[in-house]
Order: sequence, then C-alpha cells, then structure tokens
Amino acid sequence: MSILINRNSRVMTQGITGKTGQFHTRMCRDYANGKQCFVAGINPRKPGEDFDGIPVFASVKEAKQQTGANVSVIYVPPPFAAAAIDEAVEADLDLVICITEGIPVRDMIRTRYKMQGRKTRLIGPNCPGIITPDELKIGIMPGYIHKKGRIGVVSRSGTLTYEAVAQLMALGLGQSTCIGIGGDPVNGLKHLDVMRLFNDDDETDAVLMVGEIGGSDEEDCARWIKDNMRKPVVGFIAGVTAPPGKRMGHAGAIISGGKGTAQEKLDTMEACGIKVTHNPAEMGKLLKSVL
Amino acid sequence: MKIHEYQAKEILRKFGVATPKGIACFSADEAVDAARQLGGDAWVVKAQIYAGGRGKGGGVKVARSLQEVGQRAGEMLNMRLVTHQTGPEGQPVHRLYIEQGVHIENEFYIGMVVERRQQRVCLMASSEGGVDIETVAAETPEKIHKVFIDPISGLREQEAKDVAEKIGIPEQYLPQTVLLLQGLYRAFDECDASLLEINPLATADKQVLALDAKMNFDDNALFRHPDIVALRDLDEEDPVEVEASKHELSYIPLDGDIGCLVNGAGLAMATMDIIKLYGGNPANFLDVGGGATAEKVTEAFKLMLRNPKLKAILVNIFGGIMKCDVIAQGVVAAAREVQLVVPLVVRLEGTNVDIGKKILVDSGLTIISAENMADAAQKAVHAARSGSANFTCQCQCPS
Repeated sequence: MSILINRNSRVMTQGITGKTGQFHTRMCRDYANGKQCFVAGINPRKPGEDFDGIPVFASVKEAKQQTGANVSVIYVPPPFAAAAIDEAVEADLDLVICITEGIPVRDMIRTRYKMQGRKTRLIGPNCPGIITPDELKIGIMPGYIHKKGRIGVVSRSGTLTYEAVAQLMALGLGQSTCIGIGGDPVNGLKHLDVMRLFNDDDETDAVLMVGEIGGSDEEDCARWIKDNMRKPVVGFIAGVTAPPGKRMGHAGAIISGGKGTAQEKLDTMEACGIKVTHNPAEMGKLLKSVL
Repeated sequence: MKIHEYQAKEILRKFGVATPKGIACFSADEAVDAARQLGGDAWVVKAQIYAGGRGKGGGVKVARSLQEVGQRAGEMLNMRLVTHQTGPEGQPVHRLYIEQGVHIENEFYIGMVVERRQQRVCLMASSEGGVDIETVAAETPEKIHKVFIDPISGLREQEAKDVAEKIGIPEQYLPQTVLLLQGLYRAFDECDASLLEINPLATADKQVLALDAKMNFDDNALFRHPDIVALRDLDEEDPVEVEASKHELSYIPLDGDIGCLVNGAGLAMATMDIIKLYGGNPANFLDVGGGATAEKVTEAFKLMLRNPKLKAILVNIFGGIMKCDVIAQGVVAAAREVQLVVPLVVRLEGTNVDIGKKILVDSGLTIISAENMADAAQKAVHAARSGSANFTCQCQCPS
C-alpha cells in the first residue's frame, strides 16, 4: 500500500504560478503517475487560468470541490505559507506537504494550534516532501534515484535523505515510501507519527530513520519503537561534531541547554534496541544487515 | 539574532516590564556622566556583550562613587571578557550599561523558549535566581516550574499568579509580578523572540524588577521587524559568519583543518561527522543551499580559504535539483580564481553526475575525485595530513 500517498492521490499545488511551484509541479507531473495525480493549482488572483493544462483555482476549497483533490503541496513564500497551510486544513484535505523554508516559528505555533482536532496531516515545513517510488512524487527530491521496494525512509533533511536512498539502491534495496519531515522546530508529522504508519504498512519490511541534532523527536520515536514496532529499524543521527549553541543550517538543528545532542539520541536509540551507525556512509549497509 | 541587555530592556519597558534606570555608553567619561545623571549612591557597571556568564567573568561590577564608576568602566572597556560562552580568547567590550544600584530582597529566574514537543511557548520560572539555570535543571529540576502558553489566549492571569506563587514571590508583589509575566509573554510573542531570559528577576525597593534581560529572535521573522534588525551589533558576530550570510551561505567556523562545502544542512553535518570518524577534523560547517550558483561556490571557497589552519577541502554534493555539472563549473571557476593552495577532494553524486565529473577531469586542475562519502572523507583526511596539492592517495581506496 505504501504510506500517505499513492497513485490514487489527487494533488493541488498552492503557489503554482511562482517559479519554484511551476518547476517542481512539472517535475512531479512527469514522474510515474504524476500526470493523472496533479489536478489543480491555486492562486487567488488567477482563477480560470491554467498551467500546462493544470487548471488554476482561487481557493483550496474550490479546487477540492471541482477536482476531488485530497492532497496539497505548498511552495508559497514564507510570509504567507502558514496561512496557506491553514487554508488547506480548513478545507479538510487529507494531507498537506509544505516545502517552503523560512516560515516564522510564531506562525507555525498558531497553525499547529488550529490543526488540533482536524483531520489534515502536515508534512514539513522546510522539507523535501514525500515519494512513493514508481507511483507518485510530491516534492523536490530527484525522482530517478528511487525505485519501488519495501524499505521505508524517514528523515529530517533533504540531501542526506537522497544519500540514504542512494546507499539503499547501491545494495539493490527499493523503497516503499520516503518522507522528509523537515528541519524546523515546529512542524507537522514527527518521526514517531511516520513510524506508526510504516509499522501498519503491509508493503514496508524495515525502516531507515535519519535524524539530526536538536529537539527530542528521535528519542520519543525510539521509546515508542521499543514497545510497539514489529519491524526492524536502523538509524543515523547527523551532528555528532556540531558545537552547542550554533544553528546548523536548519532552524531546528541546534543543541541548546545541553539538550538534543547527537550522542544522546544515538544512546537512547541503542538502548531501545535500534541498530545505529556513527558512519553516514554505512546507513544502507546497516539496513541490509537487519533484513 | 541576538541583542544587548540594554536593548532588550528598552524593548521590555514598552511592554510594561520594570527595570532599574540605566544608560548605555561607550567610554569611561560617558559612564561617569551617566552615573551622575542617574543619581543615587551606587551604580552597576555592566559590560555589554552577547555572551552570557558576564558576572563570573568580571563583566558586572558595583561602584559606590563616581570615581569608581569611571575606573571600573575604563577597566572593562580595555578587557577581553572571558566567560563560559565566549571561548578562551574572550570577547572585547565596546559598550557598557550603567545602571542605578538597587537593594535586592529576593532573586528569581524567568525564561521563555519555544517548546518543540508541545509546540507552544514555554514559561519557565524558578526560585533559584541569579545562578546558572542549566545547573538547576540538572540538579534540582523540581525547582523549575513550567507553563505552556496558549497562543490564542496568551498567558492567563491565573497561570501567571500560580507560577509566581510556586516560586515564592511574596504576596505583596504578586499583582506586579502577574503583569510583568504577561508583559514578558507579549514581548516574546509580538517581537518573534526565540528566547527571553530574566536572570535575575528581583524584588527590590518595593518593586519587581528585571535586573538582567536576554532576548534572541527568530531569524525567519526578522523581515517583519526592521526596528529589531537595526539593533544588530556586527562587532559581536564572527566576521566570517557575517560575510557568509551576505552571500546566503550558512557557514560556521570550527577548530579543525578540513574545509567542507556541502549542499544541504543534514548532509553537511554528516560530512563533518564522517571526517571526524576517519581521524580528521572539520574546519567548518558550510551549507551552500539548494540554489548554489558558480558565484556562490566561489564565495564559499574564499570563506574557507580565509582560515590559516586549512589543510584540505572536501566538496560533497548530492545533486537533486542542483545539478552536478553546475557545481563542477563552480568548483573549477573557484579553484582558478582563488589560487587553491590546499588539496581539493570532490565527491559528486546525483543529477548530471557524469557531465560534472567530466568537467572536473577536463579542467586540468589537480582535483582528487572520490566515489562515495567514505572514500571522500578518507581521501580528505589523507590529503590534510600529507599537505600537498599534488597528493596522490596511498590508501586502499579506489582512486
């Protein structure tokens, strides 16, 4: 089944008329079933127009009514991106993937508050998106590096996820679904949420979990895995060498108050029975060893 | 972004937070004038640097005469203040804050941060004011009381009162404290702060006063706060980081000798980690981002080459949207422009990798090509040790 998205998903692009939105909508549409899955775009000022044959609507609600789209991907600039998420949540979409980097934390706190009790799931912001290889790609990852298979991948970063996928591919291991949950401190799905979905997915045999410094997401997930996970999980945490108090690119990647170190995360994961490596070049090899 | 104590206090006063009277100054003479203007018979001379731990480092002194104010100010302006946050080389002091002395009765700790698990702003309060809160958190966590603030209603009166009582604020000060805490939260929220710390908050002279104030801001929200951006003091920031930010590069200098140029923050951290794992030491964190151009790559090389300790450079690119041929062109252009004096190891993977590799080979430059991350790290560590641009790899790895 894969998780969260498949060939039956119907996707709208919020911010389809911007340069980034156009480029990536094209790339996603050209991947696997993209042509039938990408059905709408949103721009409140340009309803009635179309982008490469994809109709543009004034609002998420209208696009949903007209096309049956149940998923949205957001490339709206940071000052307006949280409001774009809010609109998708109010329209009761199943899933929103926010690619936008640089959304103020204050905006995300309010958006997450409003999402309480709603059905919509959020991936990101500041993330590469999600791909179910050979079915559907929603996001900015290079599609061709993936292949359909039975390994789940969940990560907080972009290129490090591609690196992990490339290592799996070098060993002949395809993926069920790969998700980048993003590098911001206040975001949607956490490692733990994604892990639950992989646990229940018939088409996923094992999971590669890639984390980084900051917060306690990985620890929360590790403790859950210990008591609930029926499949092998292996992990890597980036940032063993990161100095405290410095933000390492991602807004969420910072060791503060002595908390959120890579070593602390690796220790917790190991204590919970997850095989971990300190070597980012051996993520694939480690995963293969537990199959 | 960070600001100085005196600037934070200026902001907080607008939100009804009481502080002692104070004046910022840049010389010993100004300090004496400031003290005279403030009046009274005791003053606190405070070094204004971004780093914490100033008191222990000698950056906060009480003076009991105008002459002493001048003397203390003169001493501080000539010192490099060393605290647990500045590193051993310390931070030069360019600004002072002269404050009226107060008669402190009790000291408390107040802090606010964004708590990731709850996805709300968390108010932390403790009876243990004036000391290092990280020590309190580690040794007596029960002495820290937390409130997760509802973003719509803000800090409620009852919540503020409860937490004030828990940390032992005397009853006669409770109404003032409630207003102060609510003011602090409004300041945090409306200014897009990422950290707000009052250590200590004190009861003194029948008032509840913020004796110190530390405020950091969410960089992602600075676009809506030009007034706060104007407070930025570039003297307090690493000049290399400032230069990097001009080119939209994320660069953090480290202690080692192998420069890293990587696309993506996670991969950049992983690259530092693997260098360390193979016995080397990264000289920096550098994420060129998703939209690196040849110009950006050249600037990145210039930044790394400013480091006199640099012995090798490792370029690790996983091309997704960013194409390897574009990066390769950037690397070649940069290597020609900046006169590369250290060995350069390049690992390319992803979109257009073959064209990228060909560009590197055809350039005629001495570039050590690597097949994967492990290979790249090993070669960079070897190259840094041998210290020559004409280095050829002696290890077992395929070169």
